[in-house]
Amino acid sequence: MSFINYLSREINCKIVYYGPGLCGKTTNLQYIYNRTNPDAKGKMISLATETERTLFFDFLPLEIGEIRGFKTRFHLYTVPGQVFYDASRKLILKGVDGVVFVADSQMLRAEANTESMDNLRTNLAEQGYNLDALPYVIQYNKRDMPAVSPVEELREMLNTGNVPDFSAVATTGEGVFETLKSVAKLVLTELKRGAAR
Amino acid sequence: MASPQMVMYEEEFAQVQAVTDRLVQDANARVVFVVDKNGQLIAGSGDTADIDTTSLASLAAGNIAATGGIAQLLREQEFATQYHEGVRQNVHIQVVSGRVILVVIFDNRTSLGLVRLRVKRANEQLVRIFEMVMAKAQDPFQASPFAEITDDDIDNLFND
Repeated sequence: MSFINYLSREINCKIVYYGPGLCGKTTNLQYIYNRTNPDAKGKMISLATETERTLFFDFLPLEIGEIRGFKTRFHLYTVPGQVFYDASRKLILKGVDGVVFVADSQMLRAEANTESMDNLRTNLAEQGYNLDALPYVIQYNKRDMPAVSPVEELREMLNTGNVPDFSAVATTGEGVFETLKSVAKLVLTELKRGAAR
Repeated sequence: MASPQMVMYEEEFAQVQAVTDRLVQDANARVVFVVDKNGQLIAGSGDTADIDTTSLASLAAGNIAATGGIAQLLREQEFATQYHEGVRQNVHIQVVSGRVILVVIFDNRTSLGLVRLRVKRANEQLVRIFEMVMAKAQDPFQASPFAEITDDDIDNLFND
């Protein structure tokens, strides 16, 4: 749910990075944080365990520019990927405007990807959302790993809605900003469409 | 969409700001914030300059969301009030109308009793204001700033 403030002329939107454990959601945010002009970003918050696994969420506020005099901000969140943190994942999806599904391209993680995608659909449905009606993109991360599934195979497994998808290596930044720009654009286009209804 | 978009117009914003300004004074608090349950900062009064307000808003909302999750597990409707006691500062958090969060940060210049009393009054006022905000957001005749935005405007935002 976007938030529009006429007095400060701001538009704030919420984007959630979803995906199985250790797929690179936090790494995406860290890369964005490191490569963004300090004026355009706030502090990145990570609520993580001692072993740096996300416990509740990571949060990064990002300003991307002005549309018709309105400062446009995106609040990026990640969810904890590990299966047993499902209750926390549900909470973070509340009020979401756009979703990035980060898939782990490694062959061994194929099942984890589909499980997480099913979990995303279920948790969104519980909040009254339908993934297919929501701005969302898919990122096939870890393309630099040795035993990865071909992109076509991942696409067939995960991208049933034929949404924009991107190959990525979040550790080096490959595909990270392309993914973000794509989902941000979809979110704004959806808000525009909503306003016209 | 699962929940309607929240749009704050100047009139309601000024009213919210007046409530938070008054609460800072009446409760002798350090800072008062109003935060949307989804983590967006709506208004703030008092000594806000030294505080990372965006982070605070997101964490306060996360906190309320987590407590709400506990409430659900216990089949409790919600824990509308929370209090965190620190060495030098304390935080009082109140859910307003199930929709927004009123955060009061205070130190030993005041007391929890006074903060609670003043929050109660502010809560009643905020309930009325946010009822109006939500009614306006659902009004189909109320223009959205997005109505005038073109595809080119969106494209231009992403041109490097």
